Amino acid sequence: MKSVLAGCTAIALTAGATFAQDAEVKVIGVSIPAATHGWAGGMNFHAQQTVNRLEEVYPNLDFVLATASDAGKQVNDIEDMVATRNISALVVLPFESAPLTPPVQAVAESGAWVTVVDRGLSIEGIEDLYVAGDNPGFGRVSGDYMVDQMPDGGKIVVLRGIPTTIDNERVEGFQAAIEGSGIEIIDMEHGNWNRDDSFNVMQDFLSKHPQIDAVWASDDDMAVGVLGAIDAAGRDDIQFVLGGAGMKEMVKRVMDGDKMIPADVTYPPSMIATAIEMTAVGMTSNAPVSGTFTIGSVLITAENAAQFYYPDSPF
Amino acid sequence: MTTETLKTGARRTLPSMSVLGPVIALVVLVVIGAAMNSNFLGAANISNVLARSAFIGIIAVGMTFVITAGGLDLSVGSMAAFIAGLMILVMNAALPTLGVGVPIILLGMAVALVAGILAGLLNGFLITTLGIEAFIVTLGTMGIYRSLVTWLADGGTLSLDFGLRTFYRPVYYEGILGISWPIIVFALMVIIGEILMSRSRFGRHCAATGSSEHVAHYSNVNVNRTRLLTYAMLGMLVGVATIMYVPRLGSASASTGVLWELEAIAAVIIGGTILKGGFGRVWGTVIGVLILSLIDNILNLTDLVSPYLNGAIQGVIIILAVILQREAKAKG
Repeated sequence: MKSVLAGCTAIALTAGATFAQDAEVKVIGVSIPAATHGWAGGMNFHAQQTVNRLEEVYPNLDFVLATASDAGKQVNDIEDMVATRNISALVVLPFESAPLTPPVQAVAESGAWVTVVDRGLSIEGIEDLYVAGDNPGFGRVSGDYMVDQMPDGGKIVVLRGIPTTIDNERVEGFQAAIEGSGIEIIDMEHGNWNRDDSFNVMQDFLSKHPQIDAVWASDDDMAVGVLGAIDAAGRDDIQFVLGGAGMKEMVKRVMDGDKMIPADVTYPPSMIATAIEMTAVGMTSNAPVSGTFTIGSVLITAENAAQFYYPDSPF
Repeated sequence: MTTETLKTGARRTLPSMSVLGPVIALVVLVVIGAAMNSNFLGAANISNVLARSAFIGIIAVGMTFVITAGGLDLSVGSMAAFIAGLMILVMNAALPTLGVGVPIILLGMAVALVAGILAGLLNGFLITTLGIEAFIVTLGTMGIYRSLVTWLADGGTLSLDFGLRTFYRPVYYEGILGISWPIIVFALMVIIGEILMSRSRFGRHCAATGSSEHVAHYSNVNVNRTRLLTYAMLGMLVGVATIMYVPRLGSASASTGVLWELEAIAAVIIGGTILKGGFGRVWGTVIGVLILSLIDNILNLTDLVSPYLNGAIQGVIIILAVILQREAKAKG
């Protein structure tokens, strides 16, 4: 026992000595979009939590966290990090791929480590590490679930997000999964990942179509609006609504066995935590972390919902 | 410019294009909608469209006065989000003491109205007493309220307690004789607004102030007080709109009320009120609001145009409305 303790102390001392030797503190810049909707709010929460935690764990790492409300502001943030904080690594969740590509490329060329999260850049090979959710997979898992629930086919309506490549990949994945199943998409419209827009769109769908069997809301914020509209119209032909992303209120409903929300598909905002964590490991150890890390989209059902429920998160 | 503007406002025997234009546009939209989809004129669809127009509509009534008096308010969308957030927080906090019932709903409504009036007075004070440009003041408060609601919600969404929401729900979804409350409140605000604008001294003072501050001042109009009142009234109406908005989905987040300010301003201008001030009409604003929400509704009900072009169609209508106004003014 004593020797184990002594060993630990020795390791601790050596570690202390290493830190003392490398007195140079490395700065990791984190640049993310501001908390303007639920998912981004959750992402901001996880980024802040991770930065706070890692600053305790690694005394020789320093973090700069900046949130931007548009692509232009994000470019400024990154330029400021390079000019005034001399960052050794940048973790960036690009607001938009194309406008962020040149400034991030400049950071990479200056010799800093670059981790890109969620949205890829327009030119390949810039980043050292790419951490992302699986957008085609998100659509595929959702589509598979629909086919599973409606083996005899049926009529569904689809609410899409803001017109972006993310949205296109998801919808294409979904369409591929339901192909040939007898499930027919009778209408599709952009709800812009927004509750109010989705409420309006769903109200109009309900006026337009006398029979709707199910709804792919493709996002939990949109599912809230969809449920509001169905409730108000008093329609009982709709069997269920499938959202996505893993908002805590929706996960709770899945957990409680709500008939209208039987399942959810994850697209975790905590992927930013994975990215910051792996970058910190890359900066402080010899463990190789470069490459691509894809976080799979998982189907949440009543059986496994408890492990996806984070009551403290804002999302 | 001043006399011309006043002339346009004077009553004439034959209605000018600026009066007829928006009405014709509305009729054309209704005809297109009815031809495209048989459910368009159904009671459910009309009720939906009117009820969802109520938020922007109630705010736009207040905006008509602000613009008529030569002002502008860019903060109303953020203000609505902030007031909704505040209201939800206060009601959730009061729940253990007051319980689910009428008193807590009245408390929430009072919070919305008081917060709205205070926010409007703050804008008005900065603009009139400190003499800062309305555009700058309200651009500033727009950012402040948007950040405040994001901060209150911790970046996520503020949700009304579920039991409370169920109790409060009828305020949006139910009404009298099948006409839902938002429609009734919207109609009431329009009637009061129209009387205030065209029959009261306050309405005349607004037009005079917006037309020419100096002339109004020498005509014994208290220019600063008139402007301050228009902002306070707009703030109060934002509160009223929020009272209707919160029971709909029972939540507020950073994405609540985004771009409402521009929709309200667009509705006011389409309706024939002059952006530079001096002349305004509340009933025109109603038509403007209906035109904007009908475009959305028709595009959702038909597969005629790509939804990507929705904004473009609204843009064309806004520009057309202003061109019609200018031609009327040139003739007058």
